[in-house]
Amino acid sequence: MSILSYLINGISLGSVYAIIALGYTMVYGIAKMLNFAHGDVIMVGGYVALTVMMNSGAHPVIAVLAAIVVCTVLGVVIERVAYRPLRNAASPLAVLITAIGVSYLLQNVVLLIFGSSPKSFQSVITLPDLKLAGGSLVITAETIVTIVSCIVIMVCLLTFINKSKPGQAMLAVAEDKGAAQLMGINVNRTIALTFAIGSGLAAVAGVLLCSSYPSLSPYTGSMPGIKAFVAAVFGGIGSIPGALIGGILLGVIEILGKAYISSQLADAIVFAVLIVVLLVKPTGLFGKNIQEKV
Amino acid sequence: MKKNVKDNIITYGLVFVFFAVVQTMLSTGKLSSLFKGLLIPICVYVILAISLNLVVGISGELSLGHAGFMCVGGFASAFFSKCMAEAIPSSGIRFTLAILIGAAAAAVFGVLIGIPVLRLRGDYLAIVTLAFGEIIKNVINIFYVGKDSKGLHISLKDQFSMGMEPTGKMIINGPQGITGTPKDSTFLIGIILIIITLIIVQNLINSRDGRAIMAIRDNRIAAESIGINITKYKLMAFTVSAALAGMGGALYSHNLATLQASKFNFNTSILVLVFVVLGGIGNIRGSMIAAVVLTLLPELLRGLSDYRMLFYAIVLIVMMLLNWAPKAIEWRESLVQKIFKKNGKEA
Amino acid sequence: MKNWKRAMSITAAAAMAVSAFALPVQAADEAFKIGSIGPMTGAQAVYGNTVMNSIQIAVDEINEAGGINGFQVEFNPQDDEHDAEKSVNAYNTLKDWGMDLLLGTVTSAPCIAVEAEAANDNMFLLTPSATAVESIFGENAFRVCFADPAQGTASAKYIGENKLAEKVAVIYDSSDVYSAGIYGAFQAEAQNQPFEIVAAEAFTADSKTDFSVQLQKAKDAGADMVFIPFYYNEIALVLKQASDMGFAPKWFGVDGMDGILSLEGFDTSLAEGVTLLTPFSATAKDEKTQSFVNKYKEQFGEVPNQFGADAYDGMYILKAALEQAEATPDMDTSELCDLMKAAMQEITYDGITGHGITWGADGEPVKDPIVAVIKDGAYELL
Repeated sequence: MSILSYLINGISLGSVYAIIALGYTMVYGIAKMLNFAHGDVIMVGGYVALTVMMNSGAHPVIAVLAAIVVCTVLGVVIERVAYRPLRNAASPLAVLITAIGVSYLLQNVVLLIFGSSPKSFQSVITLPDLKLAGGSLVITAETIVTIVSCIVIMVCLLTFINKSKPGQAMLAVAEDKGAAQLMGINVNRTIALTFAIGSGLAAVAGVLLCSSYPSLSPYTGSMPGIKAFVAAVFGGIGSIPGALIGGILLGVIEILGKAYISSQLADAIVFAVLIVVLLVKPTGLFGKNIQEKV
Repeated sequence: MKKNVKDNIITYGLVFVFFAVVQTMLSTGKLSSLFKGLLIPICVYVILAISLNLVVGISGELSLGHAGFMCVGGFASAFFSKCMAEAIPSSGIRFTLAILIGAAAAAVFGVLIGIPVLRLRGDYLAIVTLAFGEIIKNVINIFYVGKDSKGLHISLKDQFSMGMEPTGKMIINGPQGITGTPKDSTFLIGIILIIITLIIVQNLINSRDGRAIMAIRDNRIAAESIGINITKYKLMAFTVSAALAGMGGALYSHNLATLQASKFNFNTSILVLVFVVLGGIGNIRGSMIAAVVLTLLPELLRGLSDYRMLFYAIVLIVMMLLNWAPKAIEWRESLVQKIFKKNGKEA
Repeated sequence: MKNWKRAMSITAAAAMAVSAFALPVQAADEAFKIGSIGPMTGAQAVYGNTVMNSIQIAVDEINEAGGINGFQVEFNPQDDEHDAEKSVNAYNTLKDWGMDLLLGTVTSAPCIAVEAEAANDNMFLLTPSATAVESIFGENAFRVCFADPAQGTASAKYIGENKLAEKVAVIYDSSDVYSAGIYGAFQAEAQNQPFEIVAAEAFTADSKTDFSVQLQKAKDAGADMVFIPFYYNEIALVLKQASDMGFAPKWFGVDGMDGILSLEGFDTSLAEGVTLLTPFSATAKDEKTQSFVNKYKEQFGEVPNQFGADAYDGMYILKAALEQAEATPDMDTSELCDLMKAAMQEITYDGITGHGITWGADGEPVKDPIVAVIKDGAYELL
């Protein structure tokens, strides 16, 4: 019985990683950059939703929408100011470091505005929990909503990218920026759109993260951000279904590692599994194998 | 004179000038306590910046786990010093041995981690180095080592399960790490270690091996086709870099009375990477200067109190944009041209 | 372009070096300069900020009432980001400022590093909240709060002597000095007590959101009490997750738990019936506590927790000791430190974190732990 409940807990933790990883992998896949500020955009989303709910007593849906709007704008502004000037820099590392600068910036702005005290987040989900086997197995409503949102978002993203015109433009930009531009695609706008979508997803992820684990501080986003990055790599970074599977697997491994090996070494176990997976499949579970040419 | 010889002389010259100026200030007593306290950390970060530049700039691999090697070096050397504090009373000999042990331990980890890791490329390699850094931190965090009359006791669980005599002494105490390491680090030793690091790295870069390493960076397949052993050279750069980071760790651990694994997290690795990128990837001197600037910056911003870290973040972003954005570089060049033209006319 | 870059970077480095070189000119000593160090940014910022705010309140009160021995008090808080290296930098900054006494540092590990420097300089140090034994290693150092082993031992004794439980599970943060330290002492004392530790599960700073496994193990081991020696922010998550999975043991926390009732948005019914060792209760009726809590609420819009109370008391303890020593600000720090060391062992202090507190030469406070139970969203002292 306990193994089942561990699995359920693993999936609920993993679903949170997965929803963050979706945004990560989306931005990486198109813009080819590791956006280390993604975790902090999530945190901003959480704060916006919290503020709206606390101050105006608005319906949770409105709070989520407000968070999405703020984060989308934030994502586009960050891209325009901090990342776009460096897109053609001599090394791709330049933009990575700037992303870290942006991450510090967001943390400290929020610290100054909202203070350092952690806030307890009221779950936006009011549905009842699912109780199985006479109450000994509990699947929380947050878990169900998170998993459903993950799948819905994944399907929407895949449809958008594969079927719509801007989506096709994204694929083209991801493949070859120069060639895409020659084909009449506005590269700047396409990448801005990618950041807009990625950051909007971050807002949703932020609200769901804080609903499942109701604690919010200016540093809430950084650790889940790194874990989600690991999840995205696990699934093959750039692959959207990979992010979902990677996230859930990561959560399950973390919980099972804690349960059956050692609760002190849980982080080490997660990272060790990651290393083993990458040694066997160097581009993650669903990553594309790119042939190199001279 | 050859260009790289001249370049090296400037780099060593800068170190000597820095040393001479600080020494004069020290002897005339004009130095603030803050700056005195910062001297050794500056040396540590300069060493780390140089060593990471070897991997990122010269070998062309992104490593996000450099603090892990620093951690291994720091703990190995501090452990040695704590155990041998009575056996070797001379701090000079003890600290020399401790530095060597720190460097050797980090080098061993460099090889062990390098063999599997270097099969990977790009961002995947980066995440695996990050993973190793986190594993090292996590494992040392639950390491308990104590010494009593029966010898050493080791536990990976807690202090209690070691079954130590009540009179025993803890050496590594889990998350609290090592406390009371003898304060052997001095500014002079720090400068000597910087010079050693520079000699090792500069000589490696300008040697046959160094050219092979850079050939692999510039085009792996072409390098392989002319018979360069990829694994060997990459591993060489990675291990040397790890050993130097271990040395920096030893210097760090003998400067503070406490050493905790949690210090060597992802953020510290990133900080060192920031030095390297801001100073110019592959540019040894640039990364040294960036290390000095970014170590001093948060301390000098203390006057801003609450806005300190906010300002630090903004300065970091602005410096990155000015240093790397193609538009900013263009603008800078035109500015320089204007200034020089003016000067030319006046003269 | 290269020239530009070189010129820029060297100028920047030189300018910084020169400004750091400059030895500040110190004005004549007309006030007691008291420094404090703690995390004001970074993940632990909440603790440092609470401490600094509370000291500020005490300093304002003291200055308004005429100062100490007729001298005003100047207070200078410095940020260390909960990092030992930065903490030493902050200490040196304060030395340059002309600090007479150090009321810090806030967290344990940085305090160990700063204490080594302070012992070297013979600078008096009183830490409000650093709990590791080694944090007050030298003779110059004293503390306001309990040390880790004291809390762990006291908790085990209390549970054993009052027969609160037979099977106890422990959840602790194995990456945190404070939590692991208390757990170590608790486990050692448990051997002498009539209860059994049936499960000891850890978490780390990197994975402190999900506690389902630890709770499940405690539940499967049949624990009737769970000992939770860590901070209120994580405890809030633990209590919620336990309630979600229908696990309702008795809970026993230590002083880090204080603050949970004022956590914004926390459903206090989850904490109903929880027992904790705490030196401070924000709802206590005595005049001193009420005045402090009200001022804090007025100025900072929050209810202070035990970190703040320890810091507030710390400032008044300094005042009491300075008055006992009949010290003046023009004394040099080493002389002042020697006087303070003697004075600390002579005073008996009544404050908001205990009555009749005295200190021995080891710097540890002698006071009784207070046990409280949460009832109807407030502490009820036992």
